Amino acid sequence: MAGELKEKVGVLALQGGFAAHVSALRALGAVVREVRTPDDLACVTRLVLPGGESSTQLKLLHSTGLYMAIKDFAAAGYPLFGTCAGAILMARDVRDPEQDSLNILDIEVSRNAWGRQVNSFEADSDGTLGDRGRSHLVFIRAPRICRIGSSVEVLLHYHDEAVLVRKGVHWASTFHPELTSDPVALKVWLQKTKS
Amino acid sequence: MEKNTNTTNVGLAEMLKGGVIMDVMNVEQARIAEDAGACAVMALERVPAQIRAEGGVARASDPAMIKAIQAAVNIPVMAKCRIGHFVEAAILEALEVDFIDESEVLTPADEEYHIDKRAFRVPFVCGAKNLGEALRRIAEGAALLRTKGEPGTGNIVEAVRHLRKMRTQIRRLTTLTSEQMMAEAKDLGAPLDLVQSIARTGRLPVPNFAAGGIATPADAALCMRLGAETVFVGSGIFLSSDPAARARAVVGAVTHFEDNKKLAELSTGLGEAMRGIEISELRDDERMSDRGW
Repeated sequence: MAGELKEKVGVLALQGGFAAHVSALRALGAVVREVRTPDDLACVTRLVLPGGESSTQLKLLHSTGLYMAIKDFAAAGYPLFGTCAGAILMARDVRDPEQDSLNILDIEVSRNAWGRQVNSFEADSDGTLGDRGRSHLVFIRAPRICRIGSSVEVLLHYHDEAVLVRKGVHWASTFHPELTSDPVALKVWLQKTKS
Repeated sequence: MEKNTNTTNVGLAEMLKGGVIMDVMNVEQARIAEDAGACAVMALERVPAQIRAEGGVARASDPAMIKAIQAAVNIPVMAKCRIGHFVEAAILEALEVDFIDESEVLTPADEEYHIDKRAFRVPFVCGAKNLGEALRRIAEGAALLRTKGEPGTGNIVEAVRHLRKMRTQIRRLTTLTSEQMMAEAKDLGAPLDLVQSIARTGRLPVPNFAAGGIATPADAALCMRLGAETVFVGSGIFLSSDPAARARAVVGAVTHFEDNKKLAELSTGLGEAMRGIEISELRDDERMSDRGW
């Protein structure tokens, strides 16, 4: 994998919570670049897909040419982390309503399944990630993972439901690690996917 | 589990960054906005330019139209209440709108007090012309700020003034010494702890978007380059000759605000923008940005 020289983390910056990811990743010591075009993507070796509105992001992925570029990037084995809307984009199937996606992880995701903003919440995870304590989870108009393919591993649960999953270097969460002071999930993803 | 915290409320504002929030007056417009890539819609019965033209008291929208729009789209739905009208706000909360805009576009209900926004579970966005106003609204619990601009004019000059003013005032704060903080807080009419925290971080604790007078993709990109984190477009889209095309172009312009070639493409062939009003033609009592404090 290219990138021993410049291990740069890209943050998809078409729409949504990219600024919070950029600050969180920088605080973890990462070199970060905002990605708005396929040329930007060619400069990074990992990519974070932030929260936001998945329908808006999807339109912009198509109009910028990033839709195919990110699929190729993932197929080439570069690490990805999708949070909330990012997880929706990475899913194979999306419902409520049905929506096109990048089909990177074999999961089915239901959009805004927790309800409107009045139902957004913070809570602690059931278990722990690695040797860290329980993760603090922030859910904002969050989606739910309603089907998990056999190739996909569940890393964290909340109330027995999967909230952080991965297949190899491709991770997705329905919560927002970047909005907490200790973004454990991002930190562990950075460590475990070091090239 | 804790619901409706400052983190979840400011968090939703974070998720709206780089997206466009569009004023819509019915289900059909809401669908056009969503299809064009809006990250949220603001449901209201008349856009600011119409309120200006028709006069009369402008109030919160009929719950029936808000519910119809909530049922029609999957993106967040916001709605406006009058400044100080905490019962209109409570009704909007009962409807489960995703954000309440305590807005100077509607006729103020209280000339002395803004709403105590901390008493609500749903997040609030408020307008501000300068840093003092911004910090007063944050202290009252606003999770998101926007410039007031001069709504319904299609004229960007006031939004630009408010963005520049805010930037200059924040920059000034970062140069002050600790003994100057209290005097600055007094001059701004803002809480000392917020003044001290901005002096330290050089930034507001909640996102700040632009609103009021945005009519073209170039207007949107100008606001972004002046530090706005995204834009609200009110009358500018649905009073133009081709709303869907203009909506798509403004969405693109906010994402690619630093890419001049893209902006040139996006600005091409959009038909007529809304007519617009020169600010000096407005009487003092016609200026919506002077409502609230």
